Amino acid sequence: MLVERLPAPVWFRTLIPLASILVTFLLTSGFVMAVGANPFQAAYYFLLDPLANPVRLIEVLVKSTPLLLTGIAVAFAFAGGYWNIGVEGQLYMGATVATAIGLQMHAVPAWLALPLMIAGGFAGGMAWAALPALMKVRLKIDEVVTTLLLNYVAIFIVSAVLNGPWRDPVSQWPQSPEIAASAIFPRLIPRSRLHLGFILAIVIILIVWFVLSRTAFGMKMRAVGLNLDAARFSGIHVDRTMLIVALISGGIGGLAGAGEVAGIHFHLIDAISPGYGYTGIIIATLGALSPIGVSLAAVFIGLIDTGAQTVSRALGVPIYLGDVIQATLLLVTLAMLVLQGYRVCLRWQSAPTRE
Amino acid sequence: MDSILSLTFLVGLIAATLRVATPLVFASIGEVLTERTGILNLGIEGIMFLGAFVGFTAAYQANEAGIAAYLWIGLASAILSGILMGMLMGFFSVTLGVNQHVSGLGITLLCTGLSLFGFRMVFGERAVLPSIDPFPQLTPFRGIPVLGDVSGQYLLTYVAFLVIVPLSWWLLFHTSFGLSLRSVGENPEAVDAAGLNVFRIRYLVLAMGGGLMAAGGVFLSLAQLGAFTPGIIAGRGWVCIALVIFARWHPVRAALGALLFGGVFALQLRLQTMGFKLPFEIFLALPYLVTIAALALASRHVSYPGAYLKPYRRE
Repeated sequence: MLVERLPAPVWFRTLIPLASILVTFLLTSGFVMAVGANPFQAAYYFLLDPLANPVRLIEVLVKSTPLLLTGIAVAFAFAGGYWNIGVEGQLYMGATVATAIGLQMHAVPAWLALPLMIAGGFAGGMAWAALPALMKVRLKIDEVVTTLLLNYVAIFIVSAVLNGPWRDPVSQWPQSPEIAASAIFPRLIPRSRLHLGFILAIVIILIVWFVLSRTAFGMKMRAVGLNLDAARFSGIHVDRTMLIVALISGGIGGLAGAGEVAGIHFHLIDAISPGYGYTGIIIATLGALSPIGVSLAAVFIGLIDTGAQTVSRALGVPIYLGDVIQATLLLVTLAMLVLQGYRVCLRWQSAPTRE
Repeated sequence: MDSILSLTFLVGLIAATLRVATPLVFASIGEVLTERTGILNLGIEGIMFLGAFVGFTAAYQANEAGIAAYLWIGLASAILSGILMGMLMGFFSVTLGVNQHVSGLGITLLCTGLSLFGFRMVFGERAVLPSIDPFPQLTPFRGIPVLGDVSGQYLLTYVAFLVIVPLSWWLLFHTSFGLSLRSVGENPEAVDAAGLNVFRIRYLVLAMGGGLMAAGGVFLSLAQLGAFTPGIIAGRGWVCIALVIFARWHPVRAALGALLFGGVFALQLRLQTMGFKLPFEIFLALPYLVTIAALALASRHVSYPGAYLKPYRRE
């Protein structure tokens, strides 16, 4: 049975992520062995091989870029007590609006085009987050359901646009024409894919950190997240706070989409995200909703994502092993976090009495 | 366009509505029971997906092995996988008492990953999707004009509407177990004080709910398609979460909600083929939008179970 205890010491809390990774390794190595591969070899490809040379290391950061944004978008919403599970859809809408702007930027210089792309991505995500947020504060409709359902609608809209007005006139593929050169995010390191979006993600995370820990609004939204009724009783405008949190979270999700279009693909495709919005939930949880934690978690998941491709190529393990590992890591971390607040006591022992 | 009001159109629409609603009836009633104990199981989407995968794979292997009852083996395996996942959700939400939103989504992600991984492991990368002969449709009133066509349904559709709906209603509202189930969701302290085991009841119902969700998923792979595809569930689990709220945690109203969704879905499929000059994605999005609209209309009367999302701990 579980017995409550005082907050765990700091050394114990830093141990939790490491222990979670170890337990996840033990739990998932069965799947690796099931396809006849060596789990230690797989762990090497997942965790160490991508760090072996600078080119691969940079690719990990490229993979982490959208994850930093979706992770902080989810963490920001969750910290404010708003269960935004719709970052995937908000990402798609941000990507769509950014593409729409990028296609019109042929005569516009980069110093104007780039801010417009960023603003467009933010606005697209925010607009898509508005409906469920308004339904939540006005009609008290559970935002989990509405944001989830709207993810599917967003993907259908992108598909409709790509099969309709934006269908590539030459190849007939369902992909948009290429955005203007001035709207493409500049590369941070020559001959790599690391782009402006990475800096953008870091800046957003710093802003979120500042808002959460240094502003009155941050205090209010955390109060709403901790205890809605208490926050309302203490005079906080709960509905307004929640609405703002939801819109900003959606906007950040939209930035992830804009970054993928302007930094990686240069056109819109219907597979612009392999579930970055949902991975954001894993990252936010692993990072305990804190900006620093989210940053570390996003890079770690970026590492696993990069590794999954190598493992798949080198050992013939299905690429979906990466998904299994991420989900297992999420669940294991959730379980481990419980240990923070409780002691496990065997049933036949007498539980220590609490003060 | 003139055919929209014809009898054939209408009969086809009703038959399709029942078919589309079947997986939603299973899964949303599974979720109704679960949420009535105060636990939100967001693993529903993943459990349906896992059920579809496990059921198809077990049936495929059994068929290869020459077992005549391969479909039943598939069905049983799927339900078993759902029960296990329901219990895993129990471990997180009941034993550990962690956040149900995140643990439920974690279960969905795990089930999705496991199914895709398992499918690739068992079948490899094939040019042609593996398939099996699915459950046949029953034709109890063959030859009778309207009734014959509407009643041409899979056995599982009959089970959903004629067994699961009344049975779950009876269980919830007319048995002592149903009373304790609902009490656990409203006031677990009182149930505990009355000498019943809150944890056991929640685990049991999560397992039952998981089995029903997997049954909903396996209907798609073993009856409707005879195959497993990555897009086989496509958000139906999330629709069920909405239906449960729409139904205000009542199994009969959940079935009605499933019929509403099924009707819109079947209608959009037919409208797509009628030559409207609209992108087909608009039609595909329609059922999701109607679900959201229904939720908005029903929102006034919604009141959640008292202990909804609250883990229970004995003092």
